[in-house]
Amino acid sequence: MSKKLKAIIIGPGNIGTDLLMKMQRSEWIEPVWMVGIDPESEGLKRAASMGIKTCATGVDGVLPHVIEDDIRVAFDATSAYVHAENSRKLNELGVIMIDLTPAAIGPYCVPPVNLTDHAKNLEMNVNMVTCGGQATIPMVAAVSRVQPVSYGEIIATVSSRSVGPGTRQNIDEFTRTTASAVEKVGGAKQGKAIIIINPAEPPLMMRDTIHCLTESEPDQAAITESVHAMVKDVQKYVPGYRLVNGPVFDGNRVSCFMEVEGLGDFLPKYAGNLDIMTAAGLRTAEMFAEEAANGVITLPARG
Amino acid sequence: MNLQGKQVTLHDMSLRDGMHAKRHQISIEQMVAIAKGMDEAGMPLIEVTHGDGLGGASVNYGFPAHSDEEYLNAVIPQMKKAKISALLLPGIGTVDHLKMAKDCGVSTIRVATHCTEADVSEQHIGMAAKMGMDTVGFLMMAHMVEPEKILEQAKLMVGYGANCIYATDSAGYMLPDDVTARIALLKAELPSNIEIGFHGHHNLGMGIANSLAAIEAGATRIDGSVAGLGAGAGNTPLEVFCAVLDRMQVTTGIDLYKIMDVAEDLVVPMMDQPIRVDRDALTLGYAGVYSSFLLFAQRAEKKYGIQARDILVELGRRGTVGGQEDMIEDLALTMAKQKQAQGAK
Repeated sequence: MSKKLKAIIIGPGNIGTDLLMKMQRSEWIEPVWMVGIDPESEGLKRAASMGIKTCATGVDGVLPHVIEDDIRVAFDATSAYVHAENSRKLNELGVIMIDLTPAAIGPYCVPPVNLTDHAKNLEMNVNMVTCGGQATIPMVAAVSRVQPVSYGEIIATVSSRSVGPGTRQNIDEFTRTTASAVEKVGGAKQGKAIIIINPAEPPLMMRDTIHCLTESEPDQAAITESVHAMVKDVQKYVPGYRLVNGPVFDGNRVSCFMEVEGLGDFLPKYAGNLDIMTAAGLRTAEMFAEEAANGVITLPARG
Repeated sequence: MNLQGKQVTLHDMSLRDGMHAKRHQISIEQMVAIAKGMDEAGMPLIEVTHGDGLGGASVNYGFPAHSDEEYLNAVIPQMKKAKISALLLPGIGTVDHLKMAKDCGVSTIRVATHCTEADVSEQHIGMAAKMGMDTVGFLMMAHMVEPEKILEQAKLMVGYGANCIYATDSAGYMLPDDVTARIALLKAELPSNIEIGFHGHHNLGMGIANSLAAIEAGATRIDGSVAGLGAGAGNTPLEVFCAVLDRMQVTTGIDLYKIMDVAEDLVVPMMDQPIRVDRDALTLGYAGVYSSFLLFAQRAEKKYGIQARDILVELGRRGTVGGQEDMIEDLALTMAKQKQAQGAK
């Protein structure tokens, strides 16, 4: 029996396609279906040409195949509006849902911080927060695991070309969700998130700044070591995740300045913000697969 | 130039843009006293918020002496005629802040985006318009793109519900012809019920000249600040502008002597540093850099030994936009490393 878990991707857009390309290299996840709603869409045609089964009638169209194809994981790269229904239908059939939309029905997942816990608990729906969250929350956690953080603030700067219409129409969702995850996953008592969209040409690479205010005087040596270790953990799935400057200490303020370069699979390299989402989503599914193969968790029974 | 008989609405920025120059530390007492003085002088519209707008309180931009809510609640009940506006930058503030401002009695909301990114303002402009507020679309760093692009973005904001559109010279980079080109195109192409506004910075000493050009081209709302208190070399100094408009027989409804007194007796004494075109502020205007970067670059100069001017020019070269204050310390650190590496050779 193959150790790989079989997967479907919902949403054949930029994110879904990039995810598919990464998945084709995965040792743990095997892409089987790409699901869309428009038979003429470029994304579905692309997926078909890559040897993947395609379905143009939405999640309902793929449900009859879930058991026969032994689908165990689904990635939802559509929108918050339809995610809840997609998740309900697939969870019912025992499919683990990795949510790349801002719906956030399930717990937030930032792989190097809390993925192990989610996998052990066999959470059937995990949410990948936001691009800014994936890029910054590991750094907040790197500080808060050393000493209490009273306030965590992140500033994500992304190229205009890498921000799609969904994010633009509901940019408040980005700031709210990210700030909330800075608290819940990052471990800061209070969280704040800011997003800046920059239209410069050629497009700038994703930049992120993380400021933490520690409750007491920061232990500089321990925090520096923790930050460098965390950067290495993120680099395991996003090799282009770099600490440009910092940690800088100024009183109780600890600041890190990051750059995120993507792998350039389907999305351009500057769109590190999108790359870190697809990479984190895939990493999450891989962890579930590893834990299942190691017998740590038991996937929902199938007859 | 003949502007005789025109009417303009002046909009004071000293208590919002001026917050940048005061590192957001204006006291409640100062804010109330200045707002009351302006109200008494006939200033129709006064902006009160953190320098970076509602929700701007942060490590990145600076924590203010008081919250937006505290400032608004202190100032608004004291106004006899003047209306209070608030600024909101999507990505920093949210519709929750907007609703709070409305509840405090703010009548005008100005939703600000970079001049090419108007489509992030849909939910905020839509909400403000729906709540019946005077809703302004505020296109920042308008020098960075051609007038046609400004018009395209302005149309988006009008589509979302804005009743007034600003071309904003956030860097104080524009010359009068640049202003004329943008304002005239907006005036010619937007529906006639849409008001046009101009917001200037004085980094090249063009605040007054650019504002006059804007009026001539069809703008009816002009931002400035009493005693020029604002980011960079400040905004168009309003008491000076009032005197000029008076000479040109443009109606503002403002009492010149009273506004002079607010400037001289209340605003100037609270300045932490003279608001003038020093070499760093001049660099902002010359290199086209967001005005509120000034004090951050000067602080980075002190801390890391890299000239503020060099930092600002490099930020301009990189196409930095409003809100990217975090890049200043980041860049200064990188430049300091490079300097050290060169010294070691």
